[in-house]
Amino acid sequence: MQKNERYSRHLNLKGFGLAAQQKLQQARVLVIGAGGLGCPVLQYLAAAGVGTIGIADDDIVSLSNLQRQVLYTVDDLGQLKAQQAAERLRRLNPEILIHAHIQKVDVANALALISKYDLIVDGTDNFASRYLINDSCFLLEKPLVFAAVYQYEGQLAVFHVPDQSGLKTSYRDLFPTPPKASEAPDCNAAGVLGVLPGMMGMMQATEVIKLITGLGDPLINQLLTYNALSAESYTIRISPNPQALVHTPKDAEEFSQMDYEWLCSGGASPIRVIDAHTFELYKSDPTAVILDVREFGEWPLASFPHLQIPLNALQEQLDQLDKEKIIVFCQSGKRSAAAATLLQEHFGGSKEIYSLAGGITALENNLNN
Amino acid sequence: MNLTIKAFGNLTEITGTAELEMEATDAASLQEALFQRFPQLRERKFAIAVNKQLITENREFQTHDIVALLPPFSGG
Repeated sequence: MQKNERYSRHLNLKGFGLAAQQKLQQARVLVIGAGGLGCPVLQYLAAAGVGTIGIADDDIVSLSNLQRQVLYTVDDLGQLKAQQAAERLRRLNPEILIHAHIQKVDVANALALISKYDLIVDGTDNFASRYLINDSCFLLEKPLVFAAVYQYEGQLAVFHVPDQSGLKTSYRDLFPTPPKASEAPDCNAAGVLGVLPGMMGMMQATEVIKLITGLGDPLINQLLTYNALSAESYTIRISPNPQALVHTPKDAEEFSQMDYEWLCSGGASPIRVIDAHTFELYKSDPTAVILDVREFGEWPLASFPHLQIPLNALQEQLDQLDKEKIIVFCQSGKRSAAAATLLQEHFGGSKEIYSLAGGITALENNLNN
Repeated sequence: MNLTIKAFGNLTEITGTAELEMEATDAASLQEALFQRFPQLRERKFAIAVNKQLITENREFQTHDIVALLPPFSGG
């Protein structure tokens, strides 16, 4: 690497310098989830000059994201996060490689994707993904920088990295099995202080840089909890838990048989009921299919691209649904709710199922307003 | 033994406070006392740390030990 003006503040920094900057340039980091945590992680790692950055996310930008997901603007609404984030980062730092992986990380693709990178950042927003990523990193022995938030508090940890005595721990040493849905209310319903994932994401980026460069003491075998209201942090040491290995898949074969969505929901993955505004956003999502479950000829006809399978014929035609997300609508929202239940029973956790509240009537009202 | 209990995340919604004092001789009896006093805790998952060290099995307490109750967070 030439003396690059872009990194002059790193190059002049005592203890950092060219050697550390070169390590960043050679590193390959995968950030899973380009949301509240992922945005600041991505911004700072790209700015710092991490040579190859992967962004894995299959979600689209919605209005409620903009309160904390600082890479996006109103121009990105309805667009894929991974794609928009990649574009923004390329403008921030054209000297590095950015790969957008527009996919939900699941048992079928996780090991192949993660094995392409040196270090993994978990910026997801649900337990199913968190356990799946943890187990993948355990099997592949990849360093995992974990953070998660709840309302005004955040957790931070580094897993699967040996400390000086060779000891390493996993998220499952802390929590051997996922909580049932009733044991941990989800973040969407519980709300979150917008700046909090920003802080936790920046702390993740800091740990990533420490791990890559060898600077300082990364948070190995520890869990830090930060409370934004008291501005206090509380760090505990994690030691191996005999229960952890009992629940971790032993190999790739066992991993491929795991049903994380099911494990994390206590048996039923939730169907998401969406409003007309959110529905509009999914029209442009290439990973989603819009499904009309009304009878043929019911008015008004849908004026946007969609697939139509009447509810009573759905059971026989499930093989037509090959996209990751299925957005169901009907006239009033009743048949789409029934269809969503049927789809969820069939596909389990392998697809995301959405049902439009209020049906096409709500869509028309939304457009008229 | 007199202990300081620190609750994190959504557990404070059940305990009503982030910090409280309780008496117990070991982790198992503390857990039982917590469940008696806050029955909703039975329905929650949390890790326990004593003096900032995760514990994965029962252990006896010293007086003034600090016990942290840490639930998993999933948000991002």
